[in-house]
Amino acid sequence: MLEARNLTIKYGHRTAVDNVSLSLEPGVVTGVIGPNGAGKSTLLRSLNGSLIPNSGTILLNDKPLGKLSRRAIAKQITVVAQEAELRFPITVFEYVLGGRFVWANSTTWGWESERDLQVAEAVLEETELNELSGRLMNELSGGERQRAVLARALATEAPILLLDEPTANLDLSHQAALLGLVRERCNSRRSSALIITHDINLAAQFADVILLLKAGQVVKAGTTPQVLVPDLLREVFSVDVLVDAHPVSGVPRVTPVH
Amino acid sequence: MTSSRQANQNRVTLRRTTITLLILVAGLVIVVGAASLLGSERLPVSNSLCALTTLGTRQCGLTSDQFDILFQIRLPRILLAAAVGSSLATAGASYQALLRNPLAEPYLLGVSNGAAVGTMLALLFFGSLEWSRPLMAFAGALVATFAVYRLARGRVGATPERLILAGVIVTTFLSSIIVFVTTMMDATRIRSFTFWLLGDLSGANSGLLPVPIAVAVVGAIILTLNARSLNLLMLGERDAFDLGVEVSRVRMTVFLIASLLVGSSVAASGSVGYVGLVVPHLTRLSVGSDNRISIPSATLGGALFVIIADTIARTVIAPRELPVGAITALIGAPLFIYLLKRV
Repeated sequence: MLEARNLTIKYGHRTAVDNVSLSLEPGVVTGVIGPNGAGKSTLLRSLNGSLIPNSGTILLNDKPLGKLSRRAIAKQITVVAQEAELRFPITVFEYVLGGRFVWANSTTWGWESERDLQVAEAVLEETELNELSGRLMNELSGGERQRAVLARALATEAPILLLDEPTANLDLSHQAALLGLVRERCNSRRSSALIITHDINLAAQFADVILLLKAGQVVKAGTTPQVLVPDLLREVFSVDVLVDAHPVSGVPRVTPVH
Repeated sequence: MTSSRQANQNRVTLRRTTITLLILVAGLVIVVGAASLLGSERLPVSNSLCALTTLGTRQCGLTSDQFDILFQIRLPRILLAAAVGSSLATAGASYQALLRNPLAEPYLLGVSNGAAVGTMLALLFFGSLEWSRPLMAFAGALVATFAVYRLARGRVGATPERLILAGVIVTTFLSSIIVFVTTMMDATRIRSFTFWLLGDLSGANSGLLPVPIAVAVVGAIILTLNARSLNLLMLGERDAFDLGVEVSRVRMTVFLIASLLVGSSVAASGSVGYVGLVVPHLTRLSVGSDNRISIPSATLGGALFVIIADTIARTVIAPRELPVGAITALIGAPLFIYLLKRV
């Protein structure tokens, strides 16, 4: 379990994250929404130790994050971000095997074990990249690459997933498929996930709880119906919205009104 | 058979790496043998090979002059060429992976010049202390490495272009220091010094020969042990960090070890250019970019490359010699242009 208490992160004089607390529970998907510059990505970056908060504490299974080694953290927390530009050729299979780095040990001389290969094959199957696994990463479409990034994160077998706009490059069906995989992980393995997204309706569909951020502060945290109410959304996004029930799933559906 | 099974079989494995390295070692043994027979003085082939295989414990019918040429002149020079080539190629391969830049190379980054300035200062101020040269060269290489790294890091990280520009700035600045010091030397030293600057392996029979050899071996082992971390660093520092790589520790290791490799080879032989560019590219093309195979392959390939280049340098206009750096640059510069167009 990952718990953050009273996090404040500043860039120079600007406060990017202001006294934010949250906890990622097993089996729970947390959606983070808010306008650009609300501090969503900064918050995510601090949760795996990439950014050191100016104040506040982060506890990973009750231990302070700062006291844990890089390896110990990476075994528990994995990040799905927009992938960096690739400058050297690498196959999808090798890319996904990168997720097994923390599990390297001396019995295989630092080479991948049979189990590493099995895990990689399983996640390639899960993300439907099986057929593409011998191809080079930079031959793939944007959507396929994003799936490979998720596959690599799943290959780490870390129980806490942090996703920074994982669906930004994806078409409608792949957006749902990708978040479906995350949801499935959380249900079947009691993993927890934090998903940053600009798509409020996607968050409504896949998240159990939602954190609504504005200017680094939590405006509201709670279950989807508690957070997705017109007054709060108008306050945060400065736009009038209509919230009704999705005709099929029944979760709140948000439509901007002009 | 599923296609991930196929992709799995094309992967670099410990077995494939071992076979590749054994082939390179065999090639190296053959090239060392051949190079020691070539030169302005012709040596009888079978007698020389006999003496070489007994590692000089038996004379095998060679005259004592021939024996001395083989073991006091040629073999030390070939061993130095091997040490210099493998040091520079290993350093180049590691810089390229760490900095995510296919153009990173000790010579082009100014690291070689940093080591050259260090060596010169050692010659000027501690002339009698042989040991001061590799140490000062190491210090110079390290300072140049950090200077380039700092200069190249902009808001968006170090792009390949920024890195090469920073390298050019540091290189020209250090070159001007070298020129300044050179002009203060007397005329006889200038010639030998200029030769050394271009890369010159004729100083092989100094007592310091074991230093570059030991550094090359130890450095290559340490960097190869970091190869899997470097594989992830090639995908970006942030990705590597997220996946559990201790980025700052690996970066510091590569900077220190690569500077040591460059420093020891420059102190022994001057700035042999482009080895760190040519060799890692050729090895990556033939064995792939997994650093667990490409770094040790570059180590052995670098040794092969410089031994061959130096054999050309000392035989093509024999009995006169060319600086080996002129030969490596002649091969390296066109390749650099080709790579620059592809980046």
